[in-house]
Amino acid sequence: MADEPTTDRDRNILEVKDLKMYFPIVRGFRRRVVAHVHAVDDVGFAVKKGETLGLVGESGCGKSTVARCILRLYKPTQGQIVFNGQDIAGLTRSQMRRLRHQMQMIFQDPYSSLDPRQTAGNIVGEPMKVHRLFTTRHEYRERLAELFRMVGLDPSMEDRVPHEFSGGQRQRLSIARALATDPSFIVCDEPISALDVSIQAQIINLLQELQEKLGLTYLFIAHDLAVVRHISDRVAVMYLGRIVEITHWKDLYENPLHPYTRALLSAVPIPDPTIEEMRDHIILKGDVPSPLNAPPGCAFHPRCPSARKECRETVPVMKDVTGTHKVACVLF
Amino acid sequence: MAHLLEVKNLVTEFRTDRATVRAVDGVSYYIDEGEVVGLVGESGCGKSASQLSVFQLIASPPGKIVSGEALFEGEDILKYKADSEKMREIRGGKMGMIFQEPMTSLNPSLTIGTQIMESVMLHLKMDKRTARELALELLRLMGIPDAIERFYQYPHQFSGGMRQRVMIAIALSCNPKLLVADEPTTALDVTTQAQILEIVKNMVKKSNTALLVVTHNLGVVARYADRIYVMYAGRVIESGKSKDIFAAPRHPYTVGLLKSVPRLDEPKGRKLVPIPGLPPSLSSMPGHCAFYPRCSYRVDACKQKPWPELRNVGDDHYTACALDMR
Amino acid sequence: MSPSTTEELLELPPKASEFKRFVRVFFGRKVVIFGTVVILLFLLTAAFAPLIAPYDPYAQNLGKALESPSREHMLGTDPLGRDELSRIIYGTRISLAVGIISVGIAAIIGMALGLFAGYFGKITNTVIMRFIDAMMAIPPIMLALAIAAALGGGLWNVIISLGVALIPTQARLMRGQVLSVKQADYVTAGEVIGASDLRIMTLHIVPNCLPPLIVLITLNLGVAILSEASLSFLGVGIKPPAAAWGAMVNDGYRYLLSNPVLSFAPGFCVMLIVIAFNLVGDGLRDALDPRLRGTL
Repeated sequence: MADEPTTDRDRNILEVKDLKMYFPIVRGFRRRVVAHVHAVDDVGFAVKKGETLGLVGESGCGKSTVARCILRLYKPTQGQIVFNGQDIAGLTRSQMRRLRHQMQMIFQDPYSSLDPRQTAGNIVGEPMKVHRLFTTRHEYRERLAELFRMVGLDPSMEDRVPHEFSGGQRQRLSIARALATDPSFIVCDEPISALDVSIQAQIINLLQELQEKLGLTYLFIAHDLAVVRHISDRVAVMYLGRIVEITHWKDLYENPLHPYTRALLSAVPIPDPTIEEMRDHIILKGDVPSPLNAPPGCAFHPRCPSARKECRETVPVMKDVTGTHKVACVLF
Repeated sequence: MAHLLEVKNLVTEFRTDRATVRAVDGVSYYIDEGEVVGLVGESGCGKSASQLSVFQLIASPPGKIVSGEALFEGEDILKYKADSEKMREIRGGKMGMIFQEPMTSLNPSLTIGTQIMESVMLHLKMDKRTARELALELLRLMGIPDAIERFYQYPHQFSGGMRQRVMIAIALSCNPKLLVADEPTTALDVTTQAQILEIVKNMVKKSNTALLVVTHNLGVVARYADRIYVMYAGRVIESGKSKDIFAAPRHPYTVGLLKSVPRLDEPKGRKLVPIPGLPPSLSSMPGHCAFYPRCSYRVDACKQKPWPELRNVGDDHYTACALDMR
Repeated sequence: MSPSTTEELLELPPKASEFKRFVRVFFGRKVVIFGTVVILLFLLTAAFAPLIAPYDPYAQNLGKALESPSREHMLGTDPLGRDELSRIIYGTRISLAVGIISVGIAAIIGMALGLFAGYFGKITNTVIMRFIDAMMAIPPIMLALAIAAALGGGLWNVIISLGVALIPTQARLMRGQVLSVKQADYVTAGEVIGASDLRIMTLHIVPNCLPPLIVLITLNLGVAILSEASLSFLGVGIKPPAAAWGAMVNDGYRYLLSNPVLSFAPGFCVMLIVIAFNLVGDGLRDALDPRLRGTL
């Protein structure tokens, strides 16, 4: 799936190929495996150094599972995860630990992602201790203060506990923790969904500033299309474990191809009544199916306004429409 | 002509040993038959508390409706006791409510069919057979496939979107004159959200029900609401026709909200302008405008005067800001 | 850079001293103060027994057997003429020693087992939990009885048998807590930053599992002391002439109508210390709750 030009400047920091993650369903006293949930199926994409790839989809689409596979919180059932040229899909846990300082994660829930019994300073500084990054206490404290300031927090807050911070401030701590080891790649798993609207913009801006300043690469996962489009260079749309469309952010709104992408876009209201009046509303039938009961062939076909007979029979493959725009649909 | 529902100067407080919090601080609004009105604000602004107050669903203690009126069809329903028969007749009968979390709003140990029927039998005094037919019809109208089988199933067998549809069915089953939807789609996927709101919009249009949508999502109000009220720290700080407010917002908070939210149709370069700082703590409110510390238009005078009352700045357009921001 | 940090600063209330807050919450309820005072008194009694006790608890004086409470013997004398009060005072040492050490053993082993079972899951969990289940199939007091009888009585055997009998509840509770704490994102975060299992377990999981375990430990202190009393009463516990409260209840049992003090006094002490530990346990659990931190 990775066919981005690999010149020195356009290096891919991450290439995911044919990723599959199946979870066993276990039944009975003897814990027999009766079936598998295809949480992620044949997912492939590449992320260039310094860019932001947005990953959107609704519940059950597998975007969080993809993130966790990339960070090797799960061992993928199949597939390759090539990070900085090295396939990490098969590494052992201790081998992974040595690489972890390069790839970090920011979590969705600001309330459960910080250990309530640790001080803010200890939380942010822990990655440095784990990877033994500093020899003198002085350097450690300097770096800790720098991290706090980088995310807009006063370093003197380091001995407070998470409970004393607001949701937005906690996310800043989460970000500071993710930056502690100077990683090159950060997975942002719905980092603003749990925050108030007026705080979301603060965090989005912070993430963008940090990306510019530190040359970070982001995998940005969210269900809010407007936010994803705003922060991403390219966007991948997922449905029931598969990527259905990957494209440049501009194409996403101006030229969406996959029927699901079009429905998704039309479902996102724009805060402007005059424009809203003029928009088409594509309303899908039925609900998002559960991965346990995936429809045969193209998983989207039962709800697709343009479904044809063949959609029920074969799973569509990802095709190149233009260099940067790929779609998995028989219509193309 | 009297409004269908007119709330006047509603004040609701919550008393704990530490402090008294004014969740609703003199809120007034109205809604007419057949209108769709949006009540917009972030968490803690009092939008949900004001609805719960009108429906007299506030847990008391620690909550208490301190003052104000809620005139439904001209009659102040707040003068009835919360658990009085008159109030129970209105609540669920003439005024319906849909809540945010469909899982916790449905009784997990009763079948869906029973729950819909219960509402209808109570308010419309129907017999079982008619109630059952009505319930089935409602399920079909809501787009729930295999309505007959579903009738006998339990909430946990439904997905989030389906449960929300059942909630709407229950709320609409008694042909209420007013339907209040409190963050009806926040817990749902985007495409499901669009489906649900479309269903509600259509049903409501058909029966000329008034719809009050309480939400923090500006896009949702832009798409569905005719008029909106914007709330902050327990008060309404701007109100007016939806198009007027989006085109020319007259309160710095509204301006801030609009500038801080990314839009699908805007050019990429636009940097989001966040509202700095945090919402105020309702237990220690200053005497002046509560938005002052975060306001980019503020002047010294704002700190010295009490929080301004709503003033008219256009055709049915009101703002609680003393400054002329044009 | 980002929105002004000075505004962020203004939002946080001044930091209350951790210790002061702990003290304030812990002593916030009168019953907890009562419990603490009682335990302190018992601890002091145990520590300074030789100084406090009016007589040698082992000194027999058959001529003065079974005397009623008087000015010389405030709680009377037992069937062998020993001063009841002195025996109660020395008995404090035995009860506290048994309670603390046996519960200590149970807590350390039980929590370790629960931690490994909960954290590693799969086979480790199955092996450990089936073993624990087997132990739990027998009521604790019977288990203790069986072990004590097998080992013979005596102080250390009682401690071991009680310790072992208390392991299952500690392990079970710990495992449950670990399973729920493990779900939290901060544990996943620990893995993402590259922390070792040991670090995650000790730094993140164990401290967040503690509150209900502390309550269980204090409850078990009471259970252990009571069990020791029962074992001694049944004759497989601390053997005479040691002044154990349970044995004293047993000794005085025959004289319930003539010298009720002989059984009631040690019995009352058992009750008092168990209640005190329960109250203190409650107080500790509330005081350790991090959500109450920082609020004045």
